[in-house]
Amino acid sequence: MLDATPTTLVERKALRVNPAKTCQPIGAMYSALGIHGCLPHSHGSQGCCSYHRSHLTRHFREPIMAATSSFTEGTAVFGGGANLRQAFKTIYQLYDPPVIAVTTTCLSETIGDDIPTIVREARESGVIPEGKTVIHANTPSYVGCHITGWSNMTASMVKYLSETSGESRNQVNLIPGYVEPSDTRELKKMLTTWGIDAVTFPDTSDVVDTPQTGHFQMYPQGGTTVEALKTTGDSLATIALGPEASSQAAIALEAKCQVPYHILDLPIGVAATDRLVQTLMDVTGTQPTDEIVNARGRLVDVMTDMQSYLYEKRVAIAGDPDQVVPLVEMLVTCGAKPVYVITGAESKYFRDRTQAILGESVPEAVIRDNEDLFYLHQLMKQEPVDLLISNVYGKYIARAEDVPFVRYGWPILDRVGHSYFPTLGYAGSLHLLCTIINTLLERKDRDDPDESFELVL
Amino acid sequence: MDAPSPIDQTTTQTAVKDIVEAYPAKVGKKRAKHIVVRDPNEPEQSIDANVRTTPGIITQRGCAFAGCKGVVIGPIGDVVHIVHGPVGCSYYSWLIRRNQFRARANGRNFVNYCFTTDLTEHDIVFGGMTKLRQAIQEAYDIFQPPAITVHATCPVGLIGDDIQGVSREMSEKLGISVVAFNCEGYKGVSQSAGHHIANNGIMKNWVGTDEGAEEVEGYTVNLMGEYNIGGDTWEIERVLEKCGIEVISKFSGDGSYDETTQAHLAKLNLVMCHRSINYVSEMMETKFGIPWIKVNFIGVNSFAKSLRKIAEVFDDPKLTERVETVIAEEMAETEAQLATYRERLTGKTVFLFVGGSRAHHYQGLFADLGMKTIVAGYEFAHRDDYEGRDILPNLKIDADSRNIEEIHVKQDPERYKRPFSDEAFAKMEENKTLKDYKGMMPDMGEGTLVVDNISHHELDVLIERFKPDLIGSGIKDKYIIEKLGIPCKQLHNYDYGGPFAGFRGAVNFAKDVDLRVNTPVWKYVKAPWLN
Repeated sequence: MLDATPTTLVERKALRVNPAKTCQPIGAMYSALGIHGCLPHSHGSQGCCSYHRSHLTRHFREPIMAATSSFTEGTAVFGGGANLRQAFKTIYQLYDPPVIAVTTTCLSETIGDDIPTIVREARESGVIPEGKTVIHANTPSYVGCHITGWSNMTASMVKYLSETSGESRNQVNLIPGYVEPSDTRELKKMLTTWGIDAVTFPDTSDVVDTPQTGHFQMYPQGGTTVEALKTTGDSLATIALGPEASSQAAIALEAKCQVPYHILDLPIGVAATDRLVQTLMDVTGTQPTDEIVNARGRLVDVMTDMQSYLYEKRVAIAGDPDQVVPLVEMLVTCGAKPVYVITGAESKYFRDRTQAILGESVPEAVIRDNEDLFYLHQLMKQEPVDLLISNVYGKYIARAEDVPFVRYGWPILDRVGHSYFPTLGYAGSLHLLCTIINTLLERKDRDDPDESFELVL
Repeated sequence: MDAPSPIDQTTTQTAVKDIVEAYPAKVGKKRAKHIVVRDPNEPEQSIDANVRTTPGIITQRGCAFAGCKGVVIGPIGDVVHIVHGPVGCSYYSWLIRRNQFRARANGRNFVNYCFTTDLTEHDIVFGGMTKLRQAIQEAYDIFQPPAITVHATCPVGLIGDDIQGVSREMSEKLGISVVAFNCEGYKGVSQSAGHHIANNGIMKNWVGTDEGAEEVEGYTVNLMGEYNIGGDTWEIERVLEKCGIEVISKFSGDGSYDETTQAHLAKLNLVMCHRSINYVSEMMETKFGIPWIKVNFIGVNSFAKSLRKIAEVFDDPKLTERVETVIAEEMAETEAQLATYRERLTGKTVFLFVGGSRAHHYQGLFADLGMKTIVAGYEFAHRDDYEGRDILPNLKIDADSRNIEEIHVKQDPERYKRPFSDEAFAKMEENKTLKDYKGMMPDMGEGTLVVDNISHHELDVLIERFKPDLIGSGIKDKYIIEKLGIPCKQLHNYDYGGPFAGFRGAVNFAKDVDLRVNTPVWKYVKAPWLN
């Protein structure tokens, strides 16, 4: 398995091998699915739309609907305006979505299609019917990565839809980040329990985890409604979770409607979740319920009960900055040593925060952004680790090096549960921590000789 | 397959009318030409195919890059395939198609790797050729592959990077074959354009380039248009070897560079996926004299029929006898195992929307199980895949096809060799054994429906009207179909099952279909209090 990967670190200036990131439009498509009644539309060759739908479908095992401008060679030469107009006509007659979210691709960006102008003209000529919402995000694939795309589309929701009515509302805006529908559901549950009114956007719960009923719904019941998005300009504050995915929208909302914002790490682990709870207390002037406090207590209880299995364990982690930073913090809190920490994204937040967390406790840690899995694998070959945590693509490295493996992040194409069980908040962190500890215990059971194979662990 | 259809003409006609009327008028008029209600009394029914998808339609189709790198070139496992472009295209074509590969004696196996130049804004503005040159060098230094391929994605075509020039230059510098494919996603109207580009590259650069390779005795073949999804190729090879037929080279599942360069040694080409590879077989015949036959190794009876066809070409009583013995042995074993499944599956109906051959190939296997395909169509086929090769002279070349390079090969003065006698060729020509493919339509019974490039809307209407017991399709449709309570079998990448080719594959397939169609879970879709 991956036998061609050399142990010696080889310097590469141009060749990316086994990337730990993908391109903007897929993130934008995922974000757009978090608007109720939205049909994402990919403005480019049909391969982009096909690949994005396939990949999201494989991760969520759910229908992912999206249309495409189906560029051909002529379009690439003469521009995609005619294709987008034709697409609007077809889409409104056939699928009649309340919202269309247009994402660009490297093709339409390189030829310079001006989406706002095409949309305005389509609206003026009646191709886009009255009362229909069309938003767009510029998501060239040669800039940023899937997280940037998610961030851009989420910011577009604010730029296109947020309004100020002049009257403030006793509600907060919650931007949950590039997370699973289960995570958004968990955060919403926490706020509901607490009694805090919130507009959570984008909200992919009940969109990419819909129940099996024998009916297919093109526009599932979930997603943030356009009406709710409009009110975000009147909220008390915006809480943006995960700086890379969520701060752009929060900042845009402040600029447009003067809603103050708080940018926090994703609530993974007790410390990060505590910071979220404290912020909610500060913003609303209320106290968390016993239910929330007890959930915290249960998480800390498992941390104290099981710390011996994590103590000084060498861990390699690859993933998106917003997930990796608080995950590193959680592991350090539990006594583990994240020694190799990489992300495919370019991220100052990732570099600075990870360095701050690991600087004292694991000074030897290798922290790299804009990196690939081939590099991580070479590090692991040089000095082994006890555990690898990454998205599904890490499974090849885990097999090659015979290392226990926890799938975490996006995408996961070979397991179920990630979209149903949260890893955010106290309860979610408990679930994630148990998965990590149980993976190590499974390995211990596999490796222990008979005389050390014990019933009680 | 000629049994009368369980769907009646009136319902079919109404469904088609409703489908077409839902579209904007012009679009509906176009789509009507892609939908044919089969009437066997009209032998020359025609269908529109390989034309643009209307923007806005939710389609199953992909792009030229997907066809070139994703389908045809990617599976060649000991070659480093570099995607020149932003990161996405390489990422999405990384390991998703389950093209299984076993390393040969040299141990080289790169199928689990993903290589890209990961172009950023700076490269798009200033050009990516320096980066590509460097990337090829690094790939060579680290991996020491026997060959490297370079695949262009959309923006590379637009900014005009000369990937052909860079590849030629690096090929000379490194002393290995470096082949560039201009398979930008906007070329053509579907994956099919990419297959064509890939095949041109293979033919121009690799096939027959091992000039020192020595002639191979016996019944030698190349396996064309077979991608080893879930190990299909290995089951086909097992049976061919048992018959005494040797596979020289495979295009491209479990394919290797060295074997590809020796493909000219085979005496016969066996074409599985007609759409993705007929060009190479045509060119190999022109250049090296190797004839080709269309085969179908999916399904018990189809496999047996294809084996007999191979024996007919070699026309050697020893081989014929051996083939008959193998068929008898394998059939007996397979039939015994299929019986119970057939009992549970007979009479069930199927829709098939797959690729550019599989929607035809799998009809035979479903028939083996007693199941009837009532609606079928291809994602990226051309008219000949539906109507047969007789129509080739009448096919019009449109603007989108004209942009794909047509290459012409000449007879190789030294290595052109007709493997059979003139009389044998004359006889095969008379019997239409060689180069013949009648397409899918003649095999579809009365009242069945053929739909080219089906859209989500059309699928929706057809499911509602005909409520099939199973649909064979791809990942983008799978969960839409299953949300409607109908099991979906992925036939592009097999849902992690397989192999489904050949005799043992048929048994695997029967189990897989049974588990989907007859699982108790479907009974629980509706809550009991709603019944």
